[in-house]
Parts: sequence; structure tokens; C-alpha cells
Amino acid sequence: MITAGIDMGSRSIKVVLLEEIKVDGAPQLKYAVKKAHVMLPGEMDADEAAEKAYDEALKAAGVTRDDIKAVFVTGAGRSQVKFATEGVTEMTAGARGANYMFPQVRTVVDVGAEEGRGVKVDADGKAIDFAGNEKCAAGAGSFAEAMSRALQMSLKEFGEASLRSDKTIPMNAQCTVFAESEVVSLIHASTPSQDIAKAVLDAVASRICAMVRRVGIEESVALIGGMAHSVGFVASLKKALDVQDVLLPEMPESISALGCALIAAERQQ
Amino acid sequence: MIANYGYKDGSGEYYISIDTDNCIDCAAGRACLTACPKEMFEIITDDYDDEVACVKKNFTRTLAFDCADCKPAGGYTTLPCISACTPGAIKHSW
Repeated sequence: MITAGIDMGSRSIKVVLLEEIKVDGAPQLKYAVKKAHVMLPGEMDADEAAEKAYDEALKAAGVTRDDIKAVFVTGAGRSQVKFATEGVTEMTAGARGANYMFPQVRTVVDVGAEEGRGVKVDADGKAIDFAGNEKCAAGAGSFAEAMSRALQMSLKEFGEASLRSDKTIPMNAQCTVFAESEVVSLIHASTPSQDIAKAVLDAVASRICAMVRRVGIEESVALIGGMAHSVGFVASLKKALDVQDVLLPEMPESISALGCALIAAERQQ
Repeated sequence: MIANYGYKDGSGEYYISIDTDNCIDCAAGRACLTACPKEMFEIITDDYDDEVACVKKNFTRTLAFDCADCKPAGGYTTLPCISACTPGAIKHSW
């Protein structure tokens, strides 16, 4: 049996195809990722982009739509995926996906392009407490990306640069617009770019951390979502949460899609 | 599950928490739906197939303003939604 999970994010579409497996001597291994695919929709509208991303993933995996038992969808644009069997919330999908990768995880921090959230998870991968920020963009990846563009760096370079800084420059503005003006002021004051990068990533981490504290920080902590690719952000988050370690899964941006595919598979049983 | 709906901005933290374990099989007959003057609550089927209350999406970014009329400055001593929810599932963070 193959199931599909789609995460319709605001910046990219993630598709995970999951296959049921049987491994002798390891009954706990029930599913394996057959294919994970990420697509940037560009100028396409959401329906068209979802169809294209799904078809690309199927083609890459060498299967057809008829081979897929169920398609579950999550993410900000989940209502626009007309061919989906069912939709699940980002919290449930992220919690299940993170639990599959790291069964010991109790706190999942999900930082995507447009929203960040903290989810408390039980041993079965069920979300038991969550808090998101429906309003503020300063605690999300698109803010860090915009600031990295202002410094003419890629998000990856931005994260690496922040690790070269040993300064702590507080950014007081809560709003992205005002925070951006603080960054412009720092540029005009000839502040080294690595110090600005650290200030921005520290600020994003502190916003996220304030939200995660609502649900309570319980180790182990896993970070999922695209911002997990930024080494600087991971360092800032670890410091803000005051934890020993933050677990980073492979393909962090696709964990919610993986969670969807897992929930789809479990509901077919 | 405790579901926190709302946001944090420069002026404070505005979350309505709904403890869905207390909300399932509501003993108050879903009184929150009519108690809120702005009709901010609705019943949804969550991801675990339980029927629970949630805050409507269009209110989650403006809670500080939408709830202001029911706060002490509006003359209330207790919030209508919290009073109506006898199982004690609803809480405000501010």
C-alpha cells in the first residue's frame, strides 16, 4: 500500500509518498518513504501547483495515481487541494511526522516560511498542546529570508555568517516592518553583517521560544520546517530554549507531509 | 489536547485556550456558541474525529479587540464564554 502526504505551504509544496513494508525481525518498521519531493510553485495558482507537485512526485517514484490508496493534505493552502482524500491540521501532521523520525520527542518546534508553532507531543505522536502565532511574521522564515536578502546573502549563508558572530545585539521591534527598519539602521551604522545576521536569527528564535513556552518545553525537542536548514537559527533556538540539544530530522521541510502520509496509512488499516 | 488560538504582538499575548479533553461531550450543551456576543466559537471535528469547539479563523488575529467589550473595561466581571463553559475548557491568557 502506498499513501501520499502533501504539505501545501505558503512558500513551497512538499509531497511524501509512503510505502508499507515488512522487515523480518523489525516489526516496528511498518512504513518507508518511497519518495519525497519539494516544489516551489512560482507564479502558478495553488490548484495547478498542487497537481503539478503531486504528478512530479509520482513520476519520480515511478507510480501512478491509481497506485495511491489515500492522499492526505495539510498546510496553509490545504483546502485548495481538490484531489485530496482528507485534510489534517499542521499541528497533527507535524507531531506525527516528528514522532516517526524521533519517537522520544515531546516538543516539536515547526518554523516554516509564514508561521511558527510549538506542539507538545505524547509517546504515540498525538498533539496534546499547541500554540501558533497567527499574526506576527517576525517569528517566521520569510522574515529571516527578507533580512538575508537585504544583506545580499542566501538564507544558508546568512545562517553560517551568524555563527561567526559573538555579539548579542537585541532587536526590540516585535513587528517585521519595524524590525526591518532596525536592520537598516544597523547596516547604516556599519555593523558587520555576521552580527546583523545573528541579531535577526536571535530575534526570530526568541519569538518562537516565547510561543513554545506557552505549551511548555519538554525534552527531547525537535525542529521541523524549512528554517531547520539554517545552522545559525538552530544555534539561536538552542540558546533561546535553553536545551541541551535540538534534534534535526532529514528533510525537515517535509516532516508535516510525512506525518500526513503516515496518518493516511494508519487510517487505511 | 490544549489548543491555543491567538497571537503575541508588541502589546501582549492574546490566546484563548480550549482544553479539548474537557470540551468533548460538552456538559454545558455547547453554551459557548451563544454566550459569546461576537459568536467567535464554532464546533469542528478535529483530526482525532472528536467534535470540539474552536475559535473561528477570522478572529484569531484580532482577539485583543474582539474580546475587549467583555473585559472589565466593558463592565463585565466574568467573561461570558468562561462562565458559560461549565466544564472549564475555555481560558484567556490576558
